[in-house]
Amino acid sequence: MKVLIKGAGVAGLASARELCRHGADVTVTDRCGRVGGAASWYAGGMLAPWCEGENADEKVTRLGIGAADWWAEAAHGHVERMGTLVVAPVRDRAELDRFAVRTCGHKPVDEGEIGVLEPVLAGRFRRGLFFENEAHLDPRAAMRSLQERLVQSGCRFHLDNRDANMDGFDAVIDCTGMASPVRGLRGVRGEMLILKAVGLHLSRPVRLLHPRIPVYVVPRGNGFFMVGATMVESTSDGGASARSVMELLNAAYALHPAFGDAEIVEIGVGVRPAFADNFPRVSRNGDTISINGLYRHGFLLAPALAVDAASMALKIGEAAHA
Amino acid sequence: MLEVYGKKLSSRLILGTAQYPSPEMIGEAVRAGGACAVTVSLRRESAQDTAAAGPGGIFWSMVRSLGVPVLPNTAGCHTAREAVTTAQMARDVFGTNWIKLEVIGNHDTLQPDVFELVEAARILCDEGFDVFPYTTDDLVVAERLLDAGCRVLMPWCAPIGSARGPVNLDALRSMRAHFPDICLIVDAGIGRPSHAATVMELGYDAVLLNTAVARAGDPVYMARAFAGAIKAGRTAWHAGLLEPRDFAVPSTPVIGMATFQ
Repeated sequence: MKVLIKGAGVAGLASARELCRHGADVTVTDRCGRVGGAASWYAGGMLAPWCEGENADEKVTRLGIGAADWWAEAAHGHVERMGTLVVAPVRDRAELDRFAVRTCGHKPVDEGEIGVLEPVLAGRFRRGLFFENEAHLDPRAAMRSLQERLVQSGCRFHLDNRDANMDGFDAVIDCTGMASPVRGLRGVRGEMLILKAVGLHLSRPVRLLHPRIPVYVVPRGNGFFMVGATMVESTSDGGASARSVMELLNAAYALHPAFGDAEIVEIGVGVRPAFADNFPRVSRNGDTISINGLYRHGFLLAPALAVDAASMALKIGEAAHA
Repeated sequence: MLEVYGKKLSSRLILGTAQYPSPEMIGEAVRAGGACAVTVSLRRESAQDTAAAGPGGIFWSMVRSLGVPVLPNTAGCHTAREAVTTAQMARDVFGTNWIKLEVIGNHDTLQPDVFELVEAARILCDEGFDVFPYTTDDLVVAERLLDAGCRVLMPWCAPIGSARGPVNLDALRSMRAHFPDICLIVDAGIGRPSHAATVMELGYDAVLLNTAVARAGDPVYMARAFAGAIKAGRTAWHAGLLEPRDFAVPSTPVIGMATFQ
């Protein structure tokens, strides 16, 4: 069967892989000249189903648990299974207690254990939480790697395609995020930074809790770090605000003063597509299937949603060729 | 029934709309708690949103569709001028003269800057706004705000988001005694339903809260708990509370009992 996937962000690529695995003839189109889509390009790449449980429905945790294994296969060599470390400054200890109550899959760590996990943080935080089964990846590298493997298995990419020719496909999977005609979507704007701090080494994502501005720092290797991300109810993808950048930098500096000397490599702005309940949907309208509303859980939930969407598409194909 | 700036409100609970797990849950909490109004903060990025759903896009159209009056606020403003500009933007976006005026003096403690607050209140009242000033429990500042034209005062009971509850009951008591006819709404620092009940027992007219509901394990249940506490506190105030005494007071008659002298 022939399937057209519109959108080469994380949902489109994951769907392409699920369909190629089942022998479908897959074409992926996108308008932005590369894989990575819009929101996915600015993602943190944390595969953190238990941490996300702090503020998300338990469905997010349940659906996200398999994500690390899925990515380890789909983008071989890109998944780091080092866990997540959650810390809070002394004056925000109450936030750590709250986080511990609202999540599972963690163990408390003290100052000494934090220093063993992340030597550069030794002596900086008295208490933390360690989520040892979580993982992370570099979204851009992982998506490029997945694209290469898809091309090898026969998947076609048209990444400068303004108006894809829809003819001749048995099914279409719409993964265009905010550009999709799906109703009920809203945008949640996120601002992020990529910093280069030579000589500073972290092995895993570190979340710094704060009552108003919680942030995370994800190591990307070779001294690069992603710092994210703000959450603003807006579909505007205009330039990052000075205040947001200041807050992100402040938090990175609070985590480790060496970030004060870091080079700002990139200031990124993306808009996360989300439904009113912040939970994604796979829906079907005729021969078009839609995956949307991944909110802040693109890399975490795309695998599970892609499995659903692919099986829906395969059923359409079976019916068409029966 | 509570009436502010000529508008009758259906209850004595005002809810903020920040920090919920999802916008859908805001609606559920508002309904479960029977909130009479919601506050929403205006950020410049959102105001510039040009989505088809109108200014502010889907999120604000969701807030507008909750079916309760919207009280926009000037959260995050640090000067009178900034707050005035934000208030004017809010009037355009939400089509209301209501404005919860917040002018923050310290980024970290979120303490109101009462000097800038009074100045902004004067300008906005002159421009025809119905100003709800977020202030401290200081009586002189309160007088100045009333002079500026405010007809509602919103004192904190503890710092924003601190969940500490009323830290200075005497100050809240004397504020109530000092302004018996002014609508007084406790704005910040409420952490649990018993805190809300306590300030309502003092005769406060309403309670505004956000974090205590939004970041509860179950925001919808917590909204319901606050609604009950606020009603209990208000009813108790109407009923007239016993003043505490230093000694036990027997509740059964002593006449007729044997006495030994």
